[in-house]
Amino acid sequence: MDIVTHCKVPRYLHNNLPLGNPLGSPGDRETQMKSVLEALKLAVSSEHSVVQVSDACWKGNDHWKENYNKVDQSNHEELLRLGKENRRKRAENKARGLSR
Amino acid sequence: MKDQEFVPYFVPYMERTRLFYRAQGFEKDYVWAHFEATPFSKPEKPLEDCVVTVVTTAVAHPKIPKPTRKAESIPFAETPAQFDTSELSWDKETTHTEDRQSYFPLEVLNKLAGQGIIKSVSKRFHFVPTQYSQGATINDDAPAIAKACRNDEVDIALLIPL
Repeated sequence: MDIVTHCKVPRYLHNNLPLGNPLGSPGDRETQMKSVLEALKLAVSSEHSVVQVSDACWKGNDHWKENYNKVDQSNHEELLRLGKENRRKRAENKARGLSR
Repeated sequence: MKDQEFVPYFVPYMERTRLFYRAQGFEKDYVWAHFEATPFSKPEKPLEDCVVTVVTTAVAHPKIPKPTRKAESIPFAETPAQFDTSELSWDKETTHTEDRQSYFPLEVLNKLAGQGIIKSVSKRFHFVPTQYSQGATINDDAPAIAKACRNDEVDIALLIPL
């Protein structure tokens, strides 16, 4: 929500679900269909730029909202390791000319 | 007493991401694209006359190294049974992407076309890479996808990033 509204797009339908399943949870055909229909209706009916929040919700608990990319003492070392690995990979790609 | 109003909680992804990468030792924060205004136009025809396509960040051709991936327009007929989503940032602890329909609505669009709710599904869908270069997105990828959409006479493009 915050990233898309910061960027600004002509029309935005927000499903408040964990990242990975923008149309609806795995197997939730009803929400997946509804998401596409709502987005299409926004496309043809909006008179101006609009942000709409759907009523889709994650079936499990809400812990994902707090846990996504969380930083605390428990993962401090692991994150530093990931950062080092990330920078090593980027430098390697650059050295191999893998960039745009 | 007034009923307490339900206020949905949206994950503050920008702040979360800034802290996440600072904790990894990155010194410069990521700068997200930002525009003061957005071009807007309303389709001049009803939904049942519209050709619809999809723009996805899911990777159809994972053999191309991530840093060199460019926008691609791919026939829907060549939609992979499973896209590669392993290099994308999504909530891998909470969910999974084994159900393609949870992020790529080919079956839904075919159904809507069959029911006459939309005119048709476009010949091709479009891949847009997730890289750090806003220049590559603005100057190369977006214009390439817009051109392909015009060639395919697309009326509505649904951007569905993971």
